[in-house]
Amino acid sequence: MTIYDTLRALADSWGLAAMTLVFVALCAWPFRPGARGLAETAANAIFEDDHDDA
Amino acid sequence: METMIMRTGLWLAALVFAVVAFALAADWAFAVHMVICALAAGIGLIVTLRSGDAAVLAGGVGPVPDSGRYDDQVIRWAVIATVFWGMAGFLAGLYIALELAFPALNFGIEYINFGRLRPLHTSAVIFAFGGNALIATSFYVVQRTCRARLAFPGLARFVFWGYQLFIVLAATGYLMGVTQGKEYAEPEWYVDLWLTVVWVSYLAVFVFTILRRSEPHIYVANWFYLAFILTVAMLHLVNNAAIPVNWFGSHSISLAGGVQGALIEWWYGHNAVGFFLTAGFLGMMYYFVPKQAGRPVYSYRLSIIHFWALIFLYIWAGPHHLHYTALPDWAQTLGMVFSVMLWMPSWGGMINGLMTLNGAWDKLRTDPILRMFVMSLAFYGMSTFEGPAMSIKSVNSLSHYTDWTIGHVHSGALGWNGLVTFGALYYLTPRLWHRTRLYSLRMVGWHFWLATLGIVFYTASMWVAGLTEGLMWREVGPDGYLVNSFAETVAAVHPMYVLRAFGGLLYLSGAVVLAYNITRTILGHNLRDEAPLGGAVFDPASDVPLVAATAR
Repeated sequence: MTIYDTLRALADSWGLAAMTLVFVALCAWPFRPGARGLAETAANAIFEDDHDDA
Repeated sequence: METMIMRTGLWLAALVFAVVAFALAADWAFAVHMVICALAAGIGLIVTLRSGDAAVLAGGVGPVPDSGRYDDQVIRWAVIATVFWGMAGFLAGLYIALELAFPALNFGIEYINFGRLRPLHTSAVIFAFGGNALIATSFYVVQRTCRARLAFPGLARFVFWGYQLFIVLAATGYLMGVTQGKEYAEPEWYVDLWLTVVWVSYLAVFVFTILRRSEPHIYVANWFYLAFILTVAMLHLVNNAAIPVNWFGSHSISLAGGVQGALIEWWYGHNAVGFFLTAGFLGMMYYFVPKQAGRPVYSYRLSIIHFWALIFLYIWAGPHHLHYTALPDWAQTLGMVFSVMLWMPSWGGMINGLMTLNGAWDKLRTDPILRMFVMSLAFYGMSTFEGPAMSIKSVNSLSHYTDWTIGHVHSGALGWNGLVTFGALYYLTPRLWHRTRLYSLRMVGWHFWLATLGIVFYTASMWVAGLTEGLMWREVGPDGYLVNSFAETVAAVHPMYVLRAFGGLLYLSGAVVLAYNITRTILGHNLRDEAPLGGAVFDPASDVPLVAATAR
């Protein structure tokens, strides 16, 4: 097999599976138990301590 | 004192190097560019020496650029630069639109013909207007959301001025005919190298500011900004890999040729759209829309899915620019499939932005800045629906090479990027210059309508022109020959070209209103005497229930 064939075979098998897995894990991460509150805190953090003075 | 001497030495070395390169220049465009570099080094030298004088007089502490909680000086410069380059870029766009409609406007002068002004227009609006807006907002947002001062203040100033030098070198190069012939990556090898230095400095300032944060969580806007800076660095390095023909000349040979070169170019080109014009501007959206609406983003968790889906999908979409070419069929299909999938994260983000106004939609009546943001999101949604549709091979066979593509690009660039930038400029200016509010809110409303109408004229005329061209090009008579010559299609779309130029004129007029409003705000003039917005007066006479109609 040439390098091209090897890479192609890797890309549409294990490579694709690994990327899909990483993607799903990253998207699922904010939905882990207890993360709702953290997300709300993060979303509201831009309104706290909102002044430009030293 | 020692650092001052070192800096002076560096500027002097740069100056000497530029002069030597000028003397050895293989072509006159390179020579002109080296004169510009020498001038820049000379200005740097004088400024360093003068600030040194002041510092010595002040007791050797050095000038304190911004004594507030955050370092905003670079942001103020970048806001002014955004407005300035925006005006230049829009004006160039209007002029080339008129050149297309009335070719006599080329005047037979090589420096202002369409082929040279067109990259000047695209680079001015994308990299100069958009790039300065990204520098300004990313430095503003990263400091506020991390509650930390900008890391490396000197380097941050270098990023700003180095980027302006890149813009000047690129723009003057286009006028002199210096180009690599790669769309959106036209500047030659030495300008590319300079941009690499500036961009790595930008990354360093941004990342180290995040590292200095006094806030546990990194707000999602910074994720988008960081993805934009990192990915653009990678795209820039790979696509611009080239060997100079002469070390003192403005020509180079690309490392990749043929279909590989084309694929690399569109991998770059489409991700310039995906990461420069989308990820970076989404960083703006996720900060300024919630701030202006006074409400947190609709769903923070959706914004994280939006981020990862955008990152994972966008990078594969480039091959849709090469449908029905020598590119292998599987690669074309891959590009098409990923482009269609991109529709989902894009609309997820649009919905997230729009729903942030849930329960605050009444603010649209009184807040023209928020109106700007909402219209921008609407255009983000429209162009990210149109894009996937156009990437489908059968649609692309009709739309490709026609003005439909130009219309699509401008619905995204004028609608999404332009309006979100205007909104951010209106948000930033009073805050950065410590004014109570903008000079005039009514003028924001004028800008909003001029810009929106301009985009409508632009995109609608380009749809008609594109479909006309696509259908005329593919029309085959019973004898098997093409029915129309190319010149006939050019004549057919002439009215559309005139309408497009009119749309561009409206958009430019809106930007003039912006420049006027922002200038008067910066100068601190008294607020414009005008009727307040909104003012729906309660009328008890009309506030009665509808009389029920009786059935007959």
